[in-house]
Amino acid sequence: MNTMKKSTVAVIDYGMGNLHSVAKALEFVADEHTSVIVTSDPAVIDAADRVLLPGVGAIRDCIGEMHNAGLVPSIRKAMAEKPFLAICVGIQSLMSHSEENGGVDCLNHFQGNALFFGEKHTDHDGSKLKVPHMGWNQVKHTINHPLWADIPDNARFYFVHSFYVVPENKSEVAGTCDYGLEFCVAIARDNVFAVQFHPEKSHKDGLQLYKNFLHWDGKP
Amino acid sequence: MGLAKRIIPCLDVDNGRVVKGVQFVDIRDAGDPVEVAKRYNEQGADEITFLDITASSDDRETTVHMVEAIASQVFIPLTVGGGIRTCEDIRRMLNAGADKVGINTAAVFNPEFVREAAQRFGSQCIVVAIDAKKVSADGEPDKWEIFTHGGRKPTGLDAVEWAIKMVEYGAGEILLTSMDRDGTKNGFDLGITRAISEAVHVPVIASGGVGNLDHLVDGVIEGKADAVLAASIFHFGEYSIQQAKQRMTDAGIEMRL
Repeated sequence: MNTMKKSTVAVIDYGMGNLHSVAKALEFVADEHTSVIVTSDPAVIDAADRVLLPGVGAIRDCIGEMHNAGLVPSIRKAMAEKPFLAICVGIQSLMSHSEENGGVDCLNHFQGNALFFGEKHTDHDGSKLKVPHMGWNQVKHTINHPLWADIPDNARFYFVHSFYVVPENKSEVAGTCDYGLEFCVAIARDNVFAVQFHPEKSHKDGLQLYKNFLHWDGKP
Repeated sequence: MGLAKRIIPCLDVDNGRVVKGVQFVDIRDAGDPVEVAKRYNEQGADEITFLDITASSDDRETTVHMVEAIASQVFIPLTVGGGIRTCEDIRRMLNAGADKVGINTAAVFNPEFVREAAQRFGSQCIVVAIDAKKVSADGEPDKWEIFTHGGRKPTGLDAVEWAIKMVEYGAGEILLTSMDRDGTKNGFDLGITRAISEAVHVPVIASGGVGNLDHLVDGVIEGKADAVLAASIFHFGEYSIQQAKQRMTDAGIEMRL
């Protein structure tokens, strides 16, 4: 094995802003053989060893910009063949459909929908819960996975979102969180892993997840 | 088990330097925002807020570089407030690595700016800062009004109604500062904190008046705040973030320890 070859991780830039933190967090945990490339070039994504799909903002703009930038074929290709990590709105974009913005068809890599917590969201005891779900909440591992390596079960990660994913195939759920209801915050199948929280804003455990991603061979 | 309440230290920055004194025994240069942010990060701060008091907009570029430097080394949420007047200001701060921006005076003079900003960047990064003062006399029903210019100029706007309006316009979070408590160390104005927190569906950060750790507890339990912001009690080493979190945990509040 030639350990001198540079491994590349492509952070997909589709114009939705704030990729700085994602790229900096990856660089912070990357070794000298790994280069982090923020790119909107399909050829660079196709050539990368692993791909990260960030997501900020509203789903209609996200999906729209991915299509406008001609990135969807490269995203699908990457999900078919190499380690792939999606974060925040990125996880929602991989579902079949989202109810945000009046209803938006997404990439349908995972069957299931993204649903709104609702402005009248309540806790189990009926007390009012704020929406967005903003802040540090505990993530329960529902499967063993290389991306959970060295991260304690129920560690806290930083969330900021108003929509949550409901995969149809429950065996794809990799982690859950409780906010008035128990919902999926991590989903996994083959070489694709996606999380609702922001690892790049989640201190040690978030950085550990990125480190795990950079060492992941894409096998569950 | 569930979402933790947040503790947010707030730093004033001028020309890319932390001002108004931050003292840690073991940092040489307490004016370096990167060092200060790292220290609060190590202590367990859940977020950090920077209030940019740079007078000249020409010097704003320095703040952008400061945010870039911090976001490269500190991996928790960062908010930048002060001087945010245009979507271009917001774009620059977000691209530099800020997660949220605080809009204060600009919202009062041009509420449509909040709507435009939320539509363009998403509500999740738009914090509307509200400076309120109690204007009702003892014995009258409680009433709080929005003030600008550091609490000197009344606007005639009712604080609770204003908060509701700002959320309708797209604010993803409210940073509520009680101007008559700010600097007093007498604790938050719990009445306005609770009134706004119960009136809106987005998180509310309580600010202004923290003098001891019990004030933080009161802000969450009685004021129903989702997060508490403080400056001087942390800056001068009176209390550490860990001590604050322990006190809040002992009071039955869910915290990230």
